[in-house]
Amino acid sequence: MLDTLIEALRGVLPVEWVITDPVRLRTYECDGLTYHRATPGVVVLPETAEQVARVVGLCNEFAVPFVARGSGTGLSGGALPREDGVLIVTSRMRRILEVDLPNRRAVVEPGVTNLAITEAVRDQGYYYAPDPSSQQICSIGGNVAENSGGAHCLKYGFTVNHIEACEIVTPDGDLVTLDRMDPGYDLLGAFVGSEGTLGIATKITVRLSRAPQAVTTVLAAFESIEQGGKAVSAIIGAGIVPAAIEMMDALAIEAAEAAVACAYPAGAGAVLIVELDGPAVEVERQFERLREICSDAFELRVAADPAERAAIWKGRKSAFAAVGRISPAYIVQDGVVPRTSLPRVLAEIDRLSAAYDIRVANVFHAGDGNLHPLVLFDDAEPGAGERAEAVSGAILDLCIEHGGSITGEHGVGVDKAKYMPKMFSEADLDTMQLVRCAFDPRGLSNPGKVFPTPRLCGEVPGVRKGVHPLVESGRAEQF
Amino acid sequence: MPSQELAGTGVTLRDAGPGDAVCGVTPTWVALPETTGEVSAVLRACAEHDLAVVPTGGGTKLHWGPAPERCDVLLDLCCMNEIVEHAAGDLVVRAQAGVTMEALSAALAERGQELALDPPFAEGSTVGGTLAAAVAGPRAFRYGTARDLLIGITVVLPDGTIAKSGGKVVKNVAGYDLGKLFTGSFGTLGVIAEATFRLHPLPVERRWIVAVVDPPRVSPAEPCQAGELAAMLAAAQQEPSAVELDWPHGQGPIWMTVLVEGTAAHERARVLRARMGGVVKDVRDEPPPNWGLILNDDVLAEVRFEPAELTRVLDAVHYSGFSLRGSAVAGRVWLELWGDHGADKTIDAVAALRARLDDIGARLTVLATPYEGVERWGAVGSLPLMRRVKERFDPGRRMSPGRFVGGI
Ligand SMILES: Cc1cc2nc3c(=O)[nH]c(=O)nc-3n(C[C@H](O)[C@H](O)[C@H](O)COP(=O)(O)OP(=O)(O)OC[C@H]3O[C@@H](n4cnc5c(N)ncnc54)[C@H](O)[C@@H]3O)c2cc1C
Repeated sequence: MLDTLIEALRGVLPVEWVITDPVRLRTYECDGLTYHRATPGVVVLPETAEQVARVVGLCNEFAVPFVARGSGTGLSGGALPREDGVLIVTSRMRRILEVDLPNRRAVVEPGVTNLAITEAVRDQGYYYAPDPSSQQICSIGGNVAENSGGAHCLKYGFTVNHIEACEIVTPDGDLVTLDRMDPGYDLLGAFVGSEGTLGIATKITVRLSRAPQAVTTVLAAFESIEQGGKAVSAIIGAGIVPAAIEMMDALAIEAAEAAVACAYPAGAGAVLIVELDGPAVEVERQFERLREICSDAFELRVAADPAERAAIWKGRKSAFAAVGRISPAYIVQDGVVPRTSLPRVLAEIDRLSAAYDIRVANVFHAGDGNLHPLVLFDDAEPGAGERAEAVSGAILDLCIEHGGSITGEHGVGVDKAKYMPKMFSEADLDTMQLVRCAFDPRGLSNPGKVFPTPRLCGEVPGVRKGVHPLVESGRAEQF
Repeated sequence: MPSQELAGTGVTLRDAGPGDAVCGVTPTWVALPETTGEVSAVLRACAEHDLAVVPTGGGTKLHWGPAPERCDVLLDLCCMNEIVEHAAGDLVVRAQAGVTMEALSAALAERGQELALDPPFAEGSTVGGTLAAAVAGPRAFRYGTARDLLIGITVVLPDGTIAKSGGKVVKNVAGYDLGKLFTGSFGTLGVIAEATFRLHPLPVERRWIVAVVDPPRVSPAEPCQAGELAAMLAAAQQEPSAVELDWPHGQGPIWMTVLVEGTAAHERARVLRARMGGVVKDVRDEPPPNWGLILNDDVLAEVRFEPAELTRVLDAVHYSGFSLRGSAVAGRVWLELWGDHGADKTIDAVAALRARLDDIGARLTVLATPYEGVERWGAVGSLPLMRRVKERFDPGRRMSPGRFVGGI
């Protein structure tokens, strides 16, 4: 089947954009979550939306699944290819088609990197607000699929709040535009964050934001994580909505120091990075208030210029990679708890860490309770990987227990599909999959992601004819 | 007997009267559930007996949209009026669908917080209705609309299935976002039973700058005061929360009101006032009369457009007979038609205006009209996908059938 499809693909794309060479295929075998791997059946590198539509059309004709891939930085295995399927990579779709400052928007192809958008408009005093730490490489198409966040989403929201329209290739191969301006169901809202399971974004209209008049970045060092946590609550309690509130614990600081010599205050049990932005008078007032609130901090640094601001952020932004310096292997976890539960959850993570003898470095978006525990282990030590997995999973259980979420920004992908039934009932998941069935009744678009068990879509309601063949043959049950 | 079946659910029922009619279609019963479980019981019974259902909250917008193809049960959510949880430290609130926006605001204000939505008809309109109609208010420019502040939802599907998505944390990407789908779905996919929102601290100060500007000149190429001021204000680093226009009958001077709120609102408003120049009449700490309200929804349309097209939108509305109210910076205004124009004139007025707006990529949607012949939505490219969604959620076409785009 795949062979005939590959032949057909060569008919709609230049042959050099249809990759079948095993060595080259292997470069696409995983995304940022490297322990899930699969060699794609074939990789295609389309350049236009029409080509994507034709590829998807062919996948339909041959009933072959397809997976979209942007820059492959995803951390939940969302872009994990299928051995029996087509991997559609957007790396040739990297044009910024239009920058329209009077309307505060830009139209871009899906392969454009997140940062490239900001770079295109920064000089004119604008930027694209969602800023995942991977922004130098991750694609806007990937951001749309994951509804990516970033340090500044506390104040400015996530990808979904900054997308005006998406042209998509539906899983049937049709080109359709979903526009916030259109009346009717908010299909755009449903599409963003659907992890490539509702089709492929081929053109994206993003909203641009005006740069704030003033930005003040503060680094506060505390003796303990509890003191840091108290300061976070006090900031929110004072009615301040900072652009970002980030926290790192001692182990994360140690790693960042080893990797990028960020020179955070020595002996800190926790550091807090607080960024205030907005009108200058407002920032000034709020900063005065912040200074009072952080009176427990043993050191308070204020960035005097963009270079100093970058220096403060450097340690935080490099934290994931940095733990590689202090541990041979590690798992990056992503979970969310209500902000007020942070102290309790952190204490419980400590207990887990001691019980399993596995170190956990904590880096988190404290303002919105989004934890990124880095679970450290030595993959050469027998059993250590399993213990780390256990700790990592138990942290997600904690998040659910406290009314939080199993993922704040990295998505479900293949990695967390099995946790979905812990957070959602079967009815919840079945209902979500009604959307899936509406967009992708044949289940060809990134199958096996997000949901632990696919729902059989059956025939389109109203035109149902008889029993689904899988049901008839006893291989599946109709829901 | 269906009434017995409904009675068997244990949910409070009453016989419907003419006062319960939805656009002229009188239901047989009004059901008054008090819990999500009761909503489910009613819908399950309706599914068994193929009864059509129209949900309602405060009823403020029930006459919007076309008449339902059929309506057996009016599902009145007014008794679901409990604020389930206000986690002030987490800036999150969970409320049942029937809680009025007014009651919610009052409760949140006690803890110095607010849900930053200011849809028209605050009086009487409910959480569920506000979501289902997804009507935006002036401050949407800064805070976004209902879908941007909703973080979790519990819905009941037409077959009685209770489903939720999202949760009670702001940052959450687990699973599809059913909240977005149900926001603005006008009761056609199922019933919104409960919603969780992210909150904001109440602004410490507020200032309204009131100005009067000239209408656009005949030729759109000439500079337009409203357009130029709107562009300046949208980009202003003093960060106004709203810039509203009020243009009675689309003739004469246009009222423009700028809202500045939060820390140092007073100083920031002073800067903006100076930049706006001689058009400013007043800076006040109370909203002007009719701020953010819809005054007449006999014939009501919404126009959405790219913000920089404001001048051309104003030019199109000029002398069209419509009154214009709405945001100068968010690309969204209301048009109200005053006086009794009759069906033919209304149909023509809408068609003429839509044609002009189409030319500049703007969208006109008629939200309310007593006349059946009025084309409400215009062409929608993604309609086939929307139909497929409707078919999946409501295969029996029992939820507000025929009330939404494309006859959905
Ligand atoms: C060091 C590091 C730091 C990170 N920091 C953050 C962070 O701060 N915040 C955050 O949210 N994430 C973060 N991430 C995760 C990741 O960068 C984001 O999820 C990003 O959006 C993925 O983009 P990508 O182009 O790499 O997508 P990929 O990994 O290629 O794909 C991700 C998913 O999107 C789908 N997809 C890709 N393109 C399209 C398209 N055009 N249409 C439809 N579906 C598509 C894929 O099928 C897959 O399911 C980080 C990752 C790394 C490695």
